[in-house]
Amino acid sequence: MATPTGPTPYTPRDGARSGRMRAWATRAPLLPALVFLVAVTQLPFVATLVISLFDWNSLDPEERAFSGLSNYASVFTDPALRESVLTTVLLTASVVVASVVLGLVLALLLDRAFLGRGMVRTLLITPFLLVPVSAALLWKHALYNPEYGLFNGALSWAAGLFGIDSPAQPDWISEMPLLAVEAALVWQWTPFMMLILLAGLQSRPAEMMEAARLDGAGNWQMFRHLTLPHLRRYLELGILLGSVYIVQNFDAVFTITSGGLGTANLPYTVYQTFYQAHEYGLASAAGVVVVIGTIMVATFALRVVSSLFREEATRA
Amino acid sequence: MTTATHPPRHQLPSAARTARRRSAALGLLAWAAGISFCLPALWMLLTSFHSEADAATNPPSLAASLTLDGYREFFGGGGGPTPWPPLINSLSASLFSTVLVLVLSLPAAYALSIRRVRKWTDVMFFFLSTKMLPVVAGLLPVYLFAKNTGMLDNIWLLVILYTSMNLPIAVWMMQSFLSDVPVSIIEAAQVDGARLPTVLARVVAPVAGPGIAATALICFIFSWNELLFARVLTGVVAQTAPVYLTGFVTSQGLFLAQLCAASVVVSLPVLAAGYAAQDKLVQGLSLGAVK
Repeated sequence: MATPTGPTPYTPRDGARSGRMRAWATRAPLLPALVFLVAVTQLPFVATLVISLFDWNSLDPEERAFSGLSNYASVFTDPALRESVLTTVLLTASVVVASVVLGLVLALLLDRAFLGRGMVRTLLITPFLLVPVSAALLWKHALYNPEYGLFNGALSWAAGLFGIDSPAQPDWISEMPLLAVEAALVWQWTPFMMLILLAGLQSRPAEMMEAARLDGAGNWQMFRHLTLPHLRRYLELGILLGSVYIVQNFDAVFTITSGGLGTANLPYTVYQTFYQAHEYGLASAAGVVVVIGTIMVATFALRVVSSLFREEATRA
Repeated sequence: MTTATHPPRHQLPSAARTARRRSAALGLLAWAAGISFCLPALWMLLTSFHSEADAATNPPSLAASLTLDGYREFFGGGGGPTPWPPLINSLSASLFSTVLVLVLSLPAAYALSIRRVRKWTDVMFFFLSTKMLPVVAGLLPVYLFAKNTGMLDNIWLLVILYTSMNLPIAVWMMQSFLSDVPVSIIEAAQVDGARLPTVLARVVAPVAGPGIAATALICFIFSWNELLFARVLTGVVAQTAPVYLTGFVTSQGLFLAQLCAASVVVSLPVLAAGYAAQDKLVQGLSLGAVK
């Protein structure tokens, strides 16, 4: 550890010089991490900003020229890019809402003593622990595959019970591409929401619940007036962290549909624009748009986290 | 909802019985939910032990005999490519970056919790804000930089990027764990003449140790899972396991059992780590805000 031997607080040395030195000694341990992060995350973003102002296709390097904001105009007028903005919003919102609702139901189910609760919890978090690429491949090939995926297999098995010979065998991914990606993501993110909300449920003050129960409050009344208000912070936290992570999703879109059939979200589009189309300027402008979108979500996220954090700080 | 197990005394016995029956029903419902959520993963596990012919039947054959062929093929048993280089790349990139994250975040967290710098909350928020910056926004400059300096297809580049990706989370987690160490004990040790290394080893480490271990685990998991950077910045030599997995299907055609075996193998380290640290995992992912 790079921590310098701290000045001992109870031996005051003279003058402002030692005060300044002590301030630096306090600050020094922080600097490596700060410098590293600025260099590796902020500098590339500045470079992205600069590149976004250029007309630059790497297959055509001679043509590189300053083009002002025209890349941004393209981002908002190009139908494909505009569609990917819409797809991103749709994908993020639906996955977050569905996984929060499902996660809440599961958290309520698990917030009570029953035989094998720990085991059920372990089963439930498994989807979240699979490597995202494995999970996406699992959905694409082992579940959605029209010929021998589990879903169609279950359909024909169920149809067999009723003596139906040729049951419907939908091609899930091409018939409902966005829904297919969303279902896989909801499956992965519900356990995360469940874990956060479960932590919230278990931090409810027991005396308050007991008192309400003795006053004759019903289950629904207690949920509506005690549990839900208490859970608000946790719900907000889950929604906002989920949004920040899912807005950036690349793995599921890349693996399940390769961005085809109207499922390309902004991260995938940025990747494709620069990696396959070699349109560096355009890709950078789209990247900046993703950042602006994320900042809008993140501003709310920061406000929520900071309210949680203030309590923490006053307690300390 | 918690009262089902402790019915108030004034209730009739029949009401208690109804409550108990309801409680048992909800327990069963929870089991059903748990199993159905895990079912796709269990299906993957089962399919990985089937022969390719049995894996590709419709309707699925639950009674098919089990075999290790999928795993044998995946590890190059049929003379195909072996997954060892990508697995080793993933392991080394994740391990090295985890170590680097710890080296950078521990002193920073010390300055943010034990001997606090002024305006420490602002610094905390700066760290967090870098996490909110989508990776695609810096990908192209990083790619160009790597290309011009000959660092493409090199795991050290991934180590640096994974470190920057995990550092904010680690700082937040460590800060919350180090804040659990009572300052009075640290001061008492200093008054007794203990130097910083002694204080860290004797006072801080025992209290914050488990939290530090969990932080390391989460950083490892995130690095192991990462796809976008690895996909863009590595090629043949430094290819990681997730990239290898995505290329697996296209290069070999679809062998379902083998693909399932591959997915199981690649997920295994994360599953083991995640089961071991369930609570700390949530805390880390919610940046220490949920305790």
